Amino acid sequence: MATNKKKLSLKDKYQYLTRDMAWEPSYQSKKDIFPQEDFEGIKITDWDKWEDPFRLTMDAYWKYQAEKEKKLYAIFDAFAQNNGHQNISDARYVNALKLFLTGVSPLEYGAFQGYSRVGRQFSGAGARTACQMQAIDELRHVQTQIHAMSHYNKHFNGLHDFAHMHDRIWFLSVPKSFFDDARSAGPFEFLTAISFSFEYVLTNLLFVPFMSGAAYNGDMATVTFGFSAQSDEARHMTLGLEVIKFMLEQHEDNVPIIQHWIDKWFWRGYRLLSLVSMMMDYMLPNKVMSWKDAWEVYYEQNGGALFKDLERYGIRPPKYQDEANKGKEHISHQLWATFYQYCQATNFHTWIPSEEEMNWLSEQYPDTFDQYYRPRFEHWQALQEKGERFYNNTLPQLCQVCQVPALFTEPDDPTKLSHRSLEHEGERYHFCSDGCCDIFKYEPDKYIQAWLPVHQIYQGNCEGADVETVVTKYYHIDAGRDNFEYLGSPDHKRWQAIKGQKPDESQAAKPKNAA
Amino acid sequence: MSIEIKTTSVEPIRNTYSNIKRRFGDKPATRYQEASFDIEAVTNFHYKPLWDPEHMLNDPTRTCIRMADWHSVTDPRQFYYGAYVQNRAKMQEATEHSYSFCDKRGLITRLPEDLQETLLRFLVPLRHVELGANMNNSGVAGDCIAGTVTQMHIYQAMDRLGAGQYLSRIALIIDGGTGDALDRSKTYWMDDALWQPMRRLVEDTLVIKDWFELSLTQNLIIDGLMYPLMYEAFDQWLDEQGAADVSMLTEFMRDWSKETVRWVDAMVKTVMAENEANAVQLQAWVEHWEPRAYEALAPLADESMGRDALDTVRAQFATRLKKLGLTSQGVQA
Repeated sequence: MATNKKKLSLKDKYQYLTRDMAWEPSYQSKKDIFPQEDFEGIKITDWDKWEDPFRLTMDAYWKYQAEKEKKLYAIFDAFAQNNGHQNISDARYVNALKLFLTGVSPLEYGAFQGYSRVGRQFSGAGARTACQMQAIDELRHVQTQIHAMSHYNKHFNGLHDFAHMHDRIWFLSVPKSFFDDARSAGPFEFLTAISFSFEYVLTNLLFVPFMSGAAYNGDMATVTFGFSAQSDEARHMTLGLEVIKFMLEQHEDNVPIIQHWIDKWFWRGYRLLSLVSMMMDYMLPNKVMSWKDAWEVYYEQNGGALFKDLERYGIRPPKYQDEANKGKEHISHQLWATFYQYCQATNFHTWIPSEEEMNWLSEQYPDTFDQYYRPRFEHWQALQEKGERFYNNTLPQLCQVCQVPALFTEPDDPTKLSHRSLEHEGERYHFCSDGCCDIFKYEPDKYIQAWLPVHQIYQGNCEGADVETVVTKYYHIDAGRDNFEYLGSPDHKRWQAIKGQKPDESQAAKPKNAA
Repeated sequence: MSIEIKTTSVEPIRNTYSNIKRRFGDKPATRYQEASFDIEAVTNFHYKPLWDPEHMLNDPTRTCIRMADWHSVTDPRQFYYGAYVQNRAKMQEATEHSYSFCDKRGLITRLPEDLQETLLRFLVPLRHVELGANMNNSGVAGDCIAGTVTQMHIYQAMDRLGAGQYLSRIALIIDGGTGDALDRSKTYWMDDALWQPMRRLVEDTLVIKDWFELSLTQNLIIDGLMYPLMYEAFDQWLDEQGAADVSMLTEFMRDWSKETVRWVDAMVKTVMAENEANAVQLQAWVEHWEPRAYEALAPLADESMGRDALDTVRAQFATRLKKLGLTSQGVQA
């Protein structure tokens, strides 16, 4: 049955093995088969123009991924067998893992669900296949993260009920609402939010700092996961870029829609990353780099080059980019100062940075740390030394959109709290910034639905009226173990026992004025 | 004499995560348990989906089937991602061996042309059915809830993509890698009367809204008839035509089907046992879709093995259904 036709190129062969299995339906209408494709206003004139961002058939996928999994689980087993948790830099490091497991891992699961849905919904089979592969990758990530942390959970507090906590704890509504926002959007916005903004533009500021932090702090389990996930992430990034270019090339009417999404998801991502900024500057005993440096390298330089490249499509840099650039001097300190005051209601500990760490912060932030933030920490340190460790027992006001407490300052005045508010259908809503206020104005019907943890506590929806009841009963925080000051905490004492140090009770955790 | 390596023993402060402890007690857990149970968000969702404002995210009412806890549907294979890909990697290794053996020895290209054409007309178009099954299972994975259920469906979705790719490669062996045979095979799927009832059925499943109805229709009913017919009975018929070697290229599907039946049956059994309303609804769906699947396969049987082969498959499927508490109206089992 030989013909004269030439052998297929690799590209064409891959298309035969993916999109060619699809067909033009005739018994059901395309609109009924793909009901979610039109409502966002994105115009796709020709799905055939979709360039597969990677070419991976299932047999190759199974083979490569199985090899990676085999190696990864061998390391997990060795880590557990040899009690690898004893080799980390310091037990304070584990608090970064608590933030990761409760704040990030559940998002991987949400990504799995989101990509499964869009992996069904696009009428372009090439795009569907790429999304499905990301779906199963994301499932991999949440599961391997749970397994990587499993050993830590056996030896440290605060990791033990991560999914329950993700649904309830006040600060975890920041990552949760971010992902709910993306998942509740249409398929094209979902991809702009997650594939482009999250995976392509911001991944070096989210995923990578945690993994580098693990590498710098002797956490072999997590860093091995990081290396193992790297090739998955590379695929996800190429999908992110292909998605944006494809939509922009399909129709000029898509440009303003996508520009709006880029503005929105940049700002939403930036606010979410403020949690990472605090992790990098304050929670890692061995610092990788400052948040400010990371922002300059990974956003200002790399992001700058990307948006230069996208200029030819009529796309400009995200609207509030300049404010984010200014914020790099401040946000990590403002976040840590807030969590320092509120760790009676978190599943991780906080502490005053050591003298050495404060000096590092002064060096990294010569224009801001000594002037605005060191005095605050020194004041609290003095109180702590007197046995009056400060806890704030009033509940903070949350931004209606990003859900971070109203703790940020004006872009040009670090002594003035940034606050915006507006009235919508007779109700007043509050925001941390113009960026979040803009997002609300564009889709008020969406953001009035937000489940704001503080409001919910006051409305009596969290199993109690006082912080202690909410924290223990509703959040499942094991009071006195998971929460409060690090010094003198059970984690700290166990670590001292491991390292053969004498416990120091002088600045111990249980405060007089704690909730 | 034995070697004794001294290690320090460190007492853990807990055996597993709290959610696992609540379910299975305070003892060391399996990797399947920690990776599958209660990892999904269940409450305090922020926004209604713009694409389905009638429901919330992770909404249990996206199906009319009611379960007190969907985690009671578990995977008898205990597949979490790592276990899944390692299992499939082994299967693909064996399959790869068969494909390269067939290709190298020319076992397919030496078949008479009319038999090669039979493969393109009867076997290779199943790649399109696989793609439909891929879409359906990906959709179910996105709509259904509970980690134990969602993950089985994404594995199933990716498996179907893989099966479709293996079927495509049969045509690529035939045409020497030009794509000609795949193009011709696709015209059978699109235009040949032989395939139209099946294509109509697949397109009809693509608009099923209730995810459990979709999983049942695809993974139990269509596959329950199609796999035995097209990968067992048809395989035997090919053997009788002198094309026994094709078996090597469909072994993956037979192994896969044998394995898949286990989780599909376990799921259906659990859902049936939950309450009477579920049982009634499942029976109604079986009554609606089983005859459709039978009719869709009838032309394929009629033009090759004969209708008896399909009726035998149907009777065997009725027996399988009966074990699950369901009855097939087509056959007195």
